[in-house]
Amino acid sequence: MKIYPIKSKIPMRDALGETLVEIGKINNKIVVVDSDCASVTRALQFKNHYINRYFNVGVAEQSMMGAAIGLSSCGYIPFTSNLATFTVLRCFEYIRTFIAYSNLKVIIIGSYSGLSAGPNGPTHFTIEDISLMRSIPNMKVVSPSDSNSLKKLIYDAVESCGPTYFRISRNETETIYDNISNIKLGKNIKLKEGKDITIIATGTMTEVALEASNILQKENCIKADLIDVHTIKPLEIETILNSVSKTKKVITVEEHSVIGGLGSAVAEILTEYYPTKLIRIGINDTFTESGDYKDLLDKYGLTSRNIIVQAKKLLDIN
Amino acid sequence: MGINIKNKIEKLKKITTELKIETLKMVYNVGRGHLGGSFSCANIVTSLYFEIMNIDPKNPKNENRDRFLLSKGHACPIVYTALAKLGYFDKKNLYNFTRIGNILQGHPSMDITPGIDMTSGSLGIGLSIANGIGIAAKLSGKKFYTYILFGDGEIQEGQIWEAALTSSHYKLDNIIGFIDYNGLQLCGEVNNICNLEPLEDKFKSFNWDVHKINGHNFKQILETVEESKKVLDKPHMIICNTIKGKGVSFMENNIAWHAKAPNKEETYKAILELETEFF
Repeated sequence: MKIYPIKSKIPMRDALGETLVEIGKINNKIVVVDSDCASVTRALQFKNHYINRYFNVGVAEQSMMGAAIGLSSCGYIPFTSNLATFTVLRCFEYIRTFIAYSNLKVIIIGSYSGLSAGPNGPTHFTIEDISLMRSIPNMKVVSPSDSNSLKKLIYDAVESCGPTYFRISRNETETIYDNISNIKLGKNIKLKEGKDITIIATGTMTEVALEASNILQKENCIKADLIDVHTIKPLEIETILNSVSKTKKVITVEEHSVIGGLGSAVAEILTEYYPTKLIRIGINDTFTESGDYKDLLDKYGLTSRNIIVQAKKLLDIN
Repeated sequence: MGINIKNKIEKLKKITTELKIETLKMVYNVGRGHLGGSFSCANIVTSLYFEIMNIDPKNPKNENRDRFLLSKGHACPIVYTALAKLGYFDKKNLYNFTRIGNILQGHPSMDITPGIDMTSGSLGIGLSIANGIGIAAKLSGKKFYTYILFGDGEIQEGQIWEAALTSSHYKLDNIIGFIDYNGLQLCGEVNNICNLEPLEDKFKSFNWDVHKINGHNFKQILETVEESKKVLDKPHMIICNTIKGKGVSFMENNIAWHAKAPNKEETYKAILELETEFF
C-alpha cells in the first residue's frame, strides 16, 4: 500500500483512483461500474489498468446501481462510481431495497461530497447523504479525513461483509496520518488529547478542526480532545463517551447539514448515555450556492475560525 | 408435432393447471395476492421452471445455474407454487404467504425464500440487475442464461430503456426477457395510459433480437427460446400476448382481479373452471 508523505496535499479523489488500482491488482473480483463519471471520480485509473473489469453504462445512475447489484449477487465486489448526489439521491431506493436489504457487498463511492463541487452549485452538492445512508440498516457510512486513512478504510471495506458508502471529497486534504496500521473501519481516532473540550469531526472537517484545536491551545491555552470519526455508522461510542465524560463540552463539525449527520448521530448517543450540551457545526438547513469551495466553507461557517468562536462560547470565554 | 414435444406440452399443461389451483387456494387462504397477473404469465413460468431452465432445487445457489428474475414481482404467487412443487421448500409455507415470520414475502426476497434469485417488487430494475448478472457470467466464462419476466406496465419505467441500451451495448446474448403483455395495468389499459406500441420495433431499434408470440402457447414458448439461443451477440426479448386472469372466465381481462382475493364461492368456481378447461 503506497502511503503519502505527511502534510502532503492530495485530492481525495486522486487517492481513491490509486487505491482502486492497487486493490484491483490483488483482488480480481473487484470490478468498477461507472455511469460516465470515471474521469472525474478518478475510477478512470482502474479502467486504464483493468479494462475487462470496468463497465460504463453511460449517463444512467440507476442502471449503474442495478448492474452492481447483479454483479455482487454473482460473487464480484463492485465499486460504483459517480458523484455523491446522483448516487445517493437518484439511486436511494435501489441502495436500500436491493443492496442493503440483501446485505450485498457493494462499495458505493459518493464523490464530490459536501460542497466540494464548488462552482457547479447545489445541484451537485450533497449535504444529506450521511443522514440518508445511515438510516439504512446494514449500511456502513465512511467519511475519511485524509488520503492515507481513505486507502486503509477501502481495504477494510473490501474485507468486511455487506455494503459500504464512502464519502469522498473532490478536493485536496492535507495528509494527517503517516502510520495507518492502527486505522480501522469502525474505530474512532483520538488525534489530540485535552481536558477542556471535545471536538468531534469527520471527513474534510477533521483537518479544519485540527487547525482550530492547535490555535486554541497556542493562543488560549484551551486543550481539546480531538476525535476523527471516519466511520459514522457503525458509530463507535466508547471513545466519544470517555472524552465527553471528561470534558463535558462537545462540538461536532461536518461538511453536511446539521440535520441527520455526524452531529445528530453524536446527539443520539449523548442523549441516551450522557446528556451534554452539544454544538453542531455544519450547513444550517439551507441550500447554499455556487462559489469557490473555500469561499463556500467560509460563508457557511465550516472554518477553524468558527470552531474557535463556538468553542469559546461553549466555554464561556470572550 | 413430434411425440416428444407433444408429451412435454401435455406435462406443462397439467402443471400449469395445478399451479393455478394452488395459487387460488393460497390467495384465498390469506385474503391477498395478485391473481390476474399471476395467471397471465403462468404458462411462461411453468415452461421456465419445468422445462427450460437448468436448475436444481437441492442446490439452489449453484454458481452455474440459470437465473430467473421475476421483475414483475407482484406475480410471485405463481412462482412460489412452482418453487414449492419443485421442492425448494415445504408446500405448507404457501398457506401462510405474506404472514409474519413466513418465508414467502409479499414480493420476492432473495434472502428469505429458497429458489428466488433476486429480490423484486420495485418495478423497472430487473433488466439493470440482469445486465449485471449477464456481465458477471461472461466475465467468469460461465454459460448460464438469465431469464427475466416483465410486466407490460413496467415497460413504461425509464429504467427499462436505459438498461436496454446497456444490454445490447454489452452484447448480452445470455439474457432472455419475456414481457407478459396482457394489456392491462392498475389504472386501465396500458396503451390508453402510456402507449407502448410499436413495442417490437422499439426493442429492435435498440438492437435486440425480438420475438412476438402467444404467451399461452407452450410450443411457441419452447421453440422461441431455442431459436433465441441461436442468435449471438444480441439480448433477446420475447413479447408474449397474454390474457390477464387467463383460465377463469370472470377474471379474464378484468382489472378488478389485479390484486383482489376471491371469496370462497369464487375460489370454488374458479377451481372448477380450471379443472374443466384442463379436461
